Amino acid sequence: MANQLHVEVVAVEEKVWVGEAEMLVARTTEGEIGVLPGHSPLLGLLKEPSQVRVKLAGGEQLTYDVAGGFLSIDANGVTVLAESATPSTPESH
Amino acid sequence: MAGQVQALRRRIRTVKSTKKIAKAQELVATSRIAKAQERVQSSRPYSEAIAKVLGALASNASVDNPLLVARERVQRAGVLLITSDRGLAGAYNANAIRTAEQLIARLKSEGKEVALYIVGRKGVGYYRFRNRDIAASWTGFSERPSFADAKRIGDALIEAFAAGSAGEGTFGPEGIAGVDELHIVSTEFKSLMTQTAGAKPLAPVQVDEQASESEGLRPAYEFEPDADELLDALLPKYLNTRLYAALLDSAASESASRRRAMKSASDNADDLLKRYTREMNSARQAAITQEISEIVGGANALAAAGSDV
Repeated sequence: MANQLHVEVVAVEEKVWVGEAEMLVARTTEGEIGVLPGHSPLLGLLKEPSQVRVKLAGGEQLTYDVAGGFLSIDANGVTVLAESATPSTPESH
Repeated sequence: MAGQVQALRRRIRTVKSTKKIAKAQELVATSRIAKAQERVQSSRPYSEAIAKVLGALASNASVDNPLLVARERVQRAGVLLITSDRGLAGAYNANAIRTAEQLIARLKSEGKEVALYIVGRKGVGYYRFRNRDIAASWTGFSERPSFADAKRIGDALIEAFAAGSAGEGTFGPEGIAGVDELHIVSTEFKSLMTQTAGAKPLAPVQVDEQASESEGLRPAYEFEPDADELLDALLPKYLNTRLYAALLDSAASESASRRRAMKSASDNADDLLKRYTREMNSARQAAITQEISEIVGGANALAAAGSDV
């Protein structure tokens, strides 16, 4: 697909996941937000604790449990910054 | 003579076992440096990202966050000193403590009270031995600090800073009194051969808002929640990240310093071994020579006595 979203999930102690995805879903303190390619720049504080879902092109989905996290969207893609981010068991859907 | 040989043999044995310890420490330190550097590397993406975000945020938010504004009157300043838990690290601790002492002297000459926070048993030992007050201390992780350690320290310090010296009472489980300024003394890992102890201000935070010429290029961020609230949430995280980075850097420096100290110790043990072995050999040879000449002398005397009969 031509239009992919560049996603970085970065925890304090390591880079957790970097790659291209179709969509990223996270929950900020204001509410749930879905990020598609070309989203306008945004800084958001994630709800505590929360899950970040990364939807990959193949229909696969990665889910991370995130603590102390926030979200930065700019022209280059989405960066999820967290004090800790661990993969959680993927939800069935 | 034989006694001298034995004494030397004992010394050689001592030096040999000391050398083994030094050598083992050197190897352990070498592998720790690599690990520590790896951790510094892997923490970099986060700290770069948060600095960037904070830069973008600071130019958008009203800058009246207590963590950003320098206090008009600084009554008490906090100094966080990072030392190691174990010794045998050359001048690592001595340098860090000396830098802290200089900073403390400067702060005092500016008429500020100093509250001392210490990471690492060596620093605690130094100040306790001299009966100096330690406001709080954290020990047991100097060689492999985790972010949880940094957060524990950071949260306590931020609370103390937020309250200021005018604040009543103490904060955090360590019982820290309020401060108006925070400095951190840590050791920067420059290379395997050079590590320098240095003091840096920690709070109030100086955010480098990106240069004004790039202003037009920077994306106009939306904020969720609003910028001020976001800044409130992010600044403590940023401070903790800086603390964590300082702890990691110091851990790498500690290992590098220890490796160097242990390398020169085991090299020195080699020299000693060589010298003692030579001395022992010549002492042994001297003893043999003496014994022979005693026997020969004795035989000659006997022969002379025999020919007389």
